[in-house]
Amino acid sequence: MSTLYALLYYVATALLVIGLAVKIRQYARTPAPLKIPTTPAPTTASGVFWRMFREVVFFESLFKSNKWIWLFGYLFHGSLLLITIRHLRYFIDPVWWWVSFEQPFGIYASFGMVLGLAGLWGRRILVERIRYITNPSDHLMLALLIAIALSGMTMRFLTPTDIIGVKMFFLGLLRFQINELPDTPALLIHLGLVAVLFIVFPISKLLHAPGIFFSPTRNQIDNPREKRHLAPWAAELEK
Amino acid sequence: MAPLDDSENKKPAEMMDIRGPDGDPLEIPRLACDAMAESKPYPAYPEHNLKLGFPGELIDNWQEVAIAKMGELAKKNRAFQVYLDACVKCGACTDKCHYFLGSGDPKNMPVARQDLLRSVYRRYYTFAGKYFPWLVGARDLTKEVLDEWYAYYHQCSQCRRCSVFCPYGIDTAEISMAAREIMDSVGLGDKYCNEIIGKVKDVGNNLGLQEKALAATLEGLEEDIEDDTGISVRIPLDEKGADILLVTPSADFFAEPHIEGLIGYAKVFHEAGVSWTLSSYASEAANFGMFIGSYENMRDVSLRIRKAAEDLGVKRIIFGECGHAWRVAYSFLNTLAGPFDFLDPNYPVPQHILEFTWNEIQKGTLKLDKSRNDHIRLTYHDSCNVARASRMGDKPGGQFEIPRNVLKAVCNHYYDMDRDTIMESTVCCGGGGGLLTDEIMDIRVKGAGPRMKALKQVTDDFGVTHMAAICAICKTQFSKVMPKYGYGMDSILSVHQLVSNAIILGGQEVEEDAAPQGDAAAAEAKQ
Repeated sequence: MSTLYALLYYVATALLVIGLAVKIRQYARTPAPLKIPTTPAPTTASGVFWRMFREVVFFESLFKSNKWIWLFGYLFHGSLLLITIRHLRYFIDPVWWWVSFEQPFGIYASFGMVLGLAGLWGRRILVERIRYITNPSDHLMLALLIAIALSGMTMRFLTPTDIIGVKMFFLGLLRFQINELPDTPALLIHLGLVAVLFIVFPISKLLHAPGIFFSPTRNQIDNPREKRHLAPWAAELEK
Repeated sequence: MAPLDDSENKKPAEMMDIRGPDGDPLEIPRLACDAMAESKPYPAYPEHNLKLGFPGELIDNWQEVAIAKMGELAKKNRAFQVYLDACVKCGACTDKCHYFLGSGDPKNMPVARQDLLRSVYRRYYTFAGKYFPWLVGARDLTKEVLDEWYAYYHQCSQCRRCSVFCPYGIDTAEISMAAREIMDSVGLGDKYCNEIIGKVKDVGNNLGLQEKALAATLEGLEEDIEDDTGISVRIPLDEKGADILLVTPSADFFAEPHIEGLIGYAKVFHEAGVSWTLSSYASEAANFGMFIGSYENMRDVSLRIRKAAEDLGVKRIIFGECGHAWRVAYSFLNTLAGPFDFLDPNYPVPQHILEFTWNEIQKGTLKLDKSRNDHIRLTYHDSCNVARASRMGDKPGGQFEIPRNVLKAVCNHYYDMDRDTIMESTVCCGGGGGLLTDEIMDIRVKGAGPRMKALKQVTDDFGVTHMAAICAICKTQFSKVMPKYGYGMDSILSVHQLVSNAIILGGQEVEEDAAPQGDAAAAEAKQ
């Protein structure tokens, strides 16, 4: 079992990293032929940085758009961030002080994560418009994330696993050695689902994460009159 | 705001329902599946398509070519690639499209409109769509899908309202432009757009108005101004050595209320004492190449403006009141036809006529009598392309402030509509993006619904009688659809029409020096 999971994690991580790298490279190399920032837009690079900052950190456009989706979406993403930070303790030794300090926040964020996801799922089912645009994959993605959260919470609140063993296992993987993984069912389910999440990330709608940074309506500077913008393929037309 | 009592609703039965029970212009309808499936513009004739470099009619291997074109566009346009991938179906955009709000057809929800194409992209270009199509809603490109594209990608006015509200900035306009380009590439063009682009290439303007006819029209206008004011104001055509080239939508030459705007520009230039000219070669600001997503056609049309500027030896280029034209001018002209290093570097290239007029008002060059517009209680419709795809002045948001500043400088009674329907949240007139053609009048009327409801609010609350716009398409669309909502077709005005009303030309004798007030003026103006 330990070997199986070790291999799973090497493969899943490789797919995640390589898949994302390929996608990011593709986005970065695809030219934007025209200036299309959604205006009013910043006229300077630092302005664009702040616009993107507000978008990524506060979900500014979503807030303007729909308070309920913002609330549930923000709750989910914020909680996920706290939970991810908390999980750093399994990959570093000694544990940084701020990661230790953050532990209780990360633990209780799991409730926020489930609540946020449940809210989003509820809207997907109950709001006619959103039900219309939902595909099976959209339900599955929510199911996957909720299952990850619940299996994790099971270990924290119901049937504790040997977390020292878990940590030894992952520290081992980082040094390319396979240590014994505790065989608590909740742990195996939790880790299996997280590996699935890694694998589907670069081939699913989770690409919104890198995608937003490459969105021309958000990352372009509003200066077309001052500075000529020309894509390489468009420059060919001028020859 | 107090809800409207039903008994106050005096609109005749055949009028469109103007206001929902809660008085919200953005009221969300129930879904009405496929309600607009039959709304399709006439397809282009072979001659229209061939002139733009597209196959004359639907080619035999259209499926193969369309799929390849989709891949090509994803490689050439980052927006298209990222937007196809990034959507999480959160639903934030679902209630943002005026065509959805007006029709209830769920395929007019921005995400659903995108999905018509995204589903095909997934099928042929993504792992999940290739191997698990049912899971991600991927589907083959069939004739039914193509027909659906033709219907619903011609129910998008590319107004970008959805892009304001999308957490990733996904812009449905980019998808609908790409879809139209794909359809053109297999010979399925839209007659309205493609025929018009052909006319620009042949004659220089959307109307196909020849140089002689244009010259005669402008002479007639000069006479009208002189009859009206006693002052000779010139509207020059093809005058070499003029400082300013004015490029304006050709509707300004013949349609109401557009023409009143052109008279306004002429009066402003006259008072500012600058030399200017129109060009018969580039007698069109509109650039429908944008609507069909064709960089090459958009470039061809833009290059006419550059050539006119070079041939006439002007120092500056100024654009008249036109929404998408200002987007192409402000955002794309430098890209498509630049660099403009042969023009005077002291002025931005190009400038908007409102930037010019506002500057003159601030300098105090114009003598304005606001009371001449006292018969009008005014609101302003932010045209979508100006609001969300361009700027005026040197600060973000100048495109909202400058038109309002000018209007407030020439009009005493100005009121804004509901904040959720103006500025960056403005709702489209319903006729933009190449939809201004009569065979799809139904969707045009429905799409105008949210704007008409917002207008009704300020009519009820402040007695607003007129709405001003700075877009030729908005003006034409509103003069057609406003009667359906209980307004006169002359309730839509050009911004420079109001400037024209208020301006007192140097040397002009003013008859009613103490301008009549209130009702008397209104009665006079209505005659």
